[in-house]
Amino acid sequence: MNKSEFLYIKNVYKTYKAENGDVEALSDVNLEVQPGEFVCIVGASGCGKSTLLKLIVGLENHFSGIISVGNELIKGPDANRGMIFQEARLFPWLTAEENIGFGFVNKISDKEKKKIIEEHIELVNLKGFGKAYPHQLSGGMQQRVSIARALVNNPKLLTLDEPFGALDALTRIQMQQEILRIWEFEKTTMLLVTHDIDEAIYLGNRIVVMSERPGTVNLIIDVNIPKPRDRTNYEYVQIKKQIYSALFREEFKLLEYAI
Amino acid sequence: MLTSKLQQFGNWSGQGVKYFHWNKNSGYISIWVPLILLLIWEGLCRFGFIRVTILPAPSTILTTLWSMLKSGELVRHLGISIFRVLQGYAIGAAFGIVMGIMVGLSRKVDQAFVIIFGLLRPIPIIAWMPVLILWLGIDEGSKITVIAIGSFWPVLLNVVDGIKNVDKKYLEVARVLEKSKFETLTKIILPSALPSIFTGLRVGIGIAWMCVVGAELIAASSGIGYLIMYSRELLQSDVMFVGVFSIGITGLLIDKILLIIEARFLKWNVNSNL
Repeated sequence: MNKSEFLYIKNVYKTYKAENGDVEALSDVNLEVQPGEFVCIVGASGCGKSTLLKLIVGLENHFSGIISVGNELIKGPDANRGMIFQEARLFPWLTAEENIGFGFVNKISDKEKKKIIEEHIELVNLKGFGKAYPHQLSGGMQQRVSIARALVNNPKLLTLDEPFGALDALTRIQMQQEILRIWEFEKTTMLLVTHDIDEAIYLGNRIVVMSERPGTVNLIIDVNIPKPRDRTNYEYVQIKKQIYSALFREEFKLLEYAI
Repeated sequence: MLTSKLQQFGNWSGQGVKYFHWNKNSGYISIWVPLILLLIWEGLCRFGFIRVTILPAPSTILTTLWSMLKSGELVRHLGISIFRVLQGYAIGAAFGIVMGIMVGLSRKVDQAFVIIFGLLRPIPIIAWMPVLILWLGIDEGSKITVIAIGSFWPVLLNVVDGIKNVDKKYLEVARVLEKSKFETLTKIILPSALPSIFTGLRVGIGIAWMCVVGAELIAASSGIGYLIMYSRELLQSDVMFVGVFSIGITGLLIDKILLIIEARFLKWNVNSNL
């Protein structure tokens, strides 16, 4: 296999202009992702993890450093990089099928489109709901539609920005199992941002822990527990501890200073 | 209760308006309150408390209505007025939609027209009537133009509003999926502005209907406004009231029809009223 990394992020800095001066959102972020890998990024809100995803997808430019996917520098959005948002962001005036159909970037025949849409409805376990409007679907089902919409182009990289953050706890666990199944089936490289530590350990081959203000990579942990993972496994819990201490160490320090 | 009902009847923007409620709490109150008022009115006329030359009894108005319907006189006048409304409204609404899309999409166009629109919009529509008669004569042209102007504003404002309020999150989805500007406009911006556009169209037709009557009151030889004016001159107060009430009924019907069309188009809109 090609030695070069699939997703390559080197010395990335990003600042936002705010009213009272510039705000540094990302500072010297470095990350390399292999093809087919499932990488989870955890961090407190405001640590710039969503910003990093937006840079990778090409929704935001103006940063310094290098981001390349498959040896190509990023110049705006591309069909090879899909994105799933926290909200399903389905268009309420389109049915589930039509919403999925909106995902097509390349021109293909209607017949082929229909076939691909049907396949993807099956992939996300929504058979029989193709003609439903978003408001007739539950939150979890809406997110399934949005996953199908992102997958119709067969993206090489799928970025997910807290995709299950708005779902209830039980649906969230169900969706985590679903996304694993889809990942194993489609072999898409996944980059998932979350603030749910448990979710990150359950899904990721590697976990990137980011610290906040300015956002930077604090720690990268390899998770070598076979999937599907038992959430009460000893190693699992150990990794959890490790992430907790990495995330909250800084705050404990602050506390000590305050005392 | 009564005042809120009255407000609803006079509320042309009509969002959330359901004209008649049948539920257990209010019973048939929306039916029997007007009925009692009609009975009182009838009684006051019968017993001579009201001069029937000024305010005829409801029964007289109904009889006149029936005979005018049979002779075809009412339908003829109404038909002429409705035809004028349709012509003027078609022009005004079309301009409103096109202009609204341009203003809503482009900051430059918005800035170019901000003073012009700000200055023209507060002018009462009827104030245009003498000007238009001077320019276009007392024929159909001036009436249709005044209707067009009247329906233009509400359509324009609501279209602009609908387009500017498109959820930025939807636009982000379009960018990730590399959609062209044209596709973003037709597949995201316009559909999401549609509820607002429909509100504009409904307010617009209400105002168009008011404009035609206003224009006919000033200068016309046919139409429902003319009927009212002419019957006043002949002291036919019953004909006058037939005219006045048929304006109300037609307006209500037009609004209902638009609501039904809207419901067809906006099946997906969970916030809709129907």
